[in-house]
Amino acid sequence: MAFALTSNPIRRITARPGQVLAVTLIALFLAIFLIIPAGTVIYIAFTEKGTGALTAVNFIDFFNTDLFRRSFFNSVYVSAMSVVWATVIALPLAVLTTRFDFRGSLIIQTLGFVPLIMPPFVGAVAMQLLFGRNGTVNLLLNDWLGIRIPFMEGLNGVIFVQSLHYFPFILINLSTSLRNIDRSMEEAAQNLGSSGLRLFRRIVFPLAMPGYLAGASLVFVKVFDDLATPLLLNVKDMLAPQAYLRVTSVGLTDPMGYVISVILIAVSIFAMWLSALAMRGKDYSTTQRGGGGLARHKLSFGESVIAYGIVGLILLLVLSPHIGLLLLSFATVWSFSPLPDAVTVAHYSRVFGESSIYIKNTLIYASLAGLIDVVVGGAIAYLVLRTKIIGRRWLDWAATSALAIPGVVLGIGYLRTFYGVTLPDGTPLATLWIMVVLALAIRRLPYALRACYAALQQVSESLEEAAENLGATKQRTIRRIVLPLMTGGLLAGFVTSFSTAAVELSATLMLIQSNSDAPLAYGLYVFMQSPAGRGPGAALGVIAVVMVALCTLLSHYVIERRQKALGMAK
Amino acid sequence: MTITTNNAALSASPAKAISIQNVDLYYGSLHVLKDINLEIQPGEFFAFLGPSGCGKTTLLRLIAGFNNAQNGRVVVGGQDVLEMPPWKRDIGMVFQSYALWPHMTVARNVAFGLEERRLPRAEVEKRVAAALALVGLSHLAERRPSQLSGGQQQRVALARTIAIEPKVLLLDEPLSNLDAKMRVEVRRELRELQQRLKLTTIFVTHDQEEANTVCDRIAVFNEGSIQQVGTPMHLYEKPANLFVANFLGTANILDGKVSGNGPSRTFEVEGGGSIPVPEGVDVPAGSKLVFRPQYATIGTVEHGAVPLDGTIAHREFLGATVRYGVEVGTGTVLVDAPFHSGDALLAPGSRTVLGIKPGSVLWLAD
Repeated sequence: MAFALTSNPIRRITARPGQVLAVTLIALFLAIFLIIPAGTVIYIAFTEKGTGALTAVNFIDFFNTDLFRRSFFNSVYVSAMSVVWATVIALPLAVLTTRFDFRGSLIIQTLGFVPLIMPPFVGAVAMQLLFGRNGTVNLLLNDWLGIRIPFMEGLNGVIFVQSLHYFPFILINLSTSLRNIDRSMEEAAQNLGSSGLRLFRRIVFPLAMPGYLAGASLVFVKVFDDLATPLLLNVKDMLAPQAYLRVTSVGLTDPMGYVISVILIAVSIFAMWLSALAMRGKDYSTTQRGGGGLARHKLSFGESVIAYGIVGLILLLVLSPHIGLLLLSFATVWSFSPLPDAVTVAHYSRVFGESSIYIKNTLIYASLAGLIDVVVGGAIAYLVLRTKIIGRRWLDWAATSALAIPGVVLGIGYLRTFYGVTLPDGTPLATLWIMVVLALAIRRLPYALRACYAALQQVSESLEEAAENLGATKQRTIRRIVLPLMTGGLLAGFVTSFSTAAVELSATLMLIQSNSDAPLAYGLYVFMQSPAGRGPGAALGVIAVVMVALCTLLSHYVIERRQKALGMAK
Repeated sequence: MTITTNNAALSASPAKAISIQNVDLYYGSLHVLKDINLEIQPGEFFAFLGPSGCGKTTLLRLIAGFNNAQNGRVVVGGQDVLEMPPWKRDIGMVFQSYALWPHMTVARNVAFGLEERRLPRAEVEKRVAAALALVGLSHLAERRPSQLSGGQQQRVALARTIAIEPKVLLLDEPLSNLDAKMRVEVRRELRELQQRLKLTTIFVTHDQEEANTVCDRIAVFNEGSIQQVGTPMHLYEKPANLFVANFLGTANILDGKVSGNGPSRTFEVEGGGSIPVPEGVDVPAGSKLVFRPQYATIGTVEHGAVPLDGTIAHREFLGATVRYGVEVGTGTVLVDAPFHSGDALLAPGSRTVLGIKPGSVLWLAD
């Protein structure tokens, strides 16, 4: 007996109208605000000025110019040295907090994030006052020992400020890697006769290597792309400042700004590619279900003293920009003396009075950017993880590629792309404040996207299937099951975007045209330009730090409570 | 032979591979190991058997040096090892998760312990090759652990440990991450390897079948103390208490109490029936009647057996046997009846009689 087999396979519904619409809208958004501006920058770098013919002559010009060559090598040198010094700071902290019974562990892990919530350039001015030629430390050193250490001279200053600022990237990644090493990895080595430093070198550190590399490459890229810190420390012969100066002083038509932009993008991609290459096939996360991470050792008294000494010194160094900023914000005059001459609250009243527009703008811009990121990121995460719609991978790649576009490049791209587009009343599109919001949203999207992925991955697919099985449509399942369960993760994504957008400057610096549209970071930058503005600038900086810290704490609290309520904690 | 020590236990211990004496271990206020005493002979394949949380793994890790005891001593090869750090002990351990280092090849994993012992390069390579040959993995030397199957990873972990020629081999639930078929295969190989190397081995497991098939002797653990030590057959035939009887195989347990004395002692089963207690059998206070399902007959009472009335509650056809659940007094007992082709099965709900030989039952307390 034979069954008549139908030759038609069952047709699977692969895309619903809602999904197609979502993909189209996101693709349009990414194309207009990321791909086209970035593409424009690259295109112009390769075209001859005037004729528009494709050429590499601009790059030849670039490398034939002494200033640009020096800028390139300075940028590479500063980034590499920042990685070295950030490692020197992060390694002992990571090892102490993850491998030893150390009372200060929580404080270190928390304080480690503090530098992140303040733009590095804010700290730069305070660092000048503390570590500069006539700063607190050198004045004291000179009095006691008759020496001065050039912490802040030229490139040293940039390296110093950047490594203090960005070491948490290494600390966080390295700590996570260290914590993900299963205890049995170490015990097996001990069981076979290994111990101490040798065990660390042969087993523990190699296993933590992927995390270290991820952190180190991030630091390299961040430092390489940073615009404001060198500018504020008056170091102009680096790549990002050169790009900014070319576009703002020579003009939008000068090809050199674009050439530098392409080099910034290329180096970012190269560094990330290198670290991805080094990490390929090395997911060493070995913790077993129910098993513990590395065993924590007890410190003897002597070791404790040394450990606390090292940690104290590092923390003091790490917090020095904040301490300096705080002092500066209350100082009347602070020059050629270890500490300010007298104390005042005038700066704060000034900031809260006439400059409160900066704070208001920042709150609006950062909230909007965070919102856009969560909506777009959440949608992409859902499309990638839960549907088979064509093009979902492309959305993911496109959104993630924003990682490789430095803020200054995006800013230049927006200026170039949208300057010619005008509103009916004649104002160029590029000068609208909403452009700043969009630039911030694009810059933060990759991070928010990761948070959304993580949030969605926590929601088991069977929970959705159960809802559909009981009669809920896709849309209703998303609204009633997926979104409520993702709230914590989405909030985390929002806060990441919000707090980093609130202190971002590089794209903003290019796009802000009038003071009334300026966010806090821009105001800070303007204040910090003049000695008289330092006080109010510092006060603004303190407000920014407090604001971002409060948001972060609040979100941690909310997320934790929610997870407890859902029984998802741990 | 002169051993200058004033400790009798130390001087006596070279004859024993491992001697564990009066060991107490606490996690905070939790008493995890309670006065453990154990002697393990050289070349013995010894099992720590017990339910999870009974302390068997804790004791294994104490021997390896990853736990600290508050009291007692652990003597290995004539040396008290408790004060030594793990890396000085020469006690090889195979971890439950295998703990192969993912950043090293199979060969580098196996070489690790030898390199830590600063052996010459040629010697290291020779012993790595030998260890890998022993577990039949020579062809995979340059692979990474992540490219191996579970069974192969297990063998690498074993080779890595054996390569250092440890005084004692510790196996922490070595079969638990393998599928059922592999488990049977690997446990046979483990046994063969251990016999060939004459290596004193401790095997931690919660699976009585594993312990029975592989080990010479077993220590049964419960709630932090050793319940009984003996060969698999001894533990099955002569369990020391209700826990051991229950943990190894299936046991029927009936409540009741002894009445009468002397030769006319009987055990009155709660809710009906009585069984004479043979002369010379000790019945401690609070004892219960214990027998295995295959030691009773159902429907017939053989000569010398005692009848017990009951009602059939349920039955399971198992092929070679039929297992009946029979309500006797206030309890239910299981009885295995051999099945022969053409036999009629007894129906649930019907009254029946069990035949029990007084010589095959035990009286055990908690």
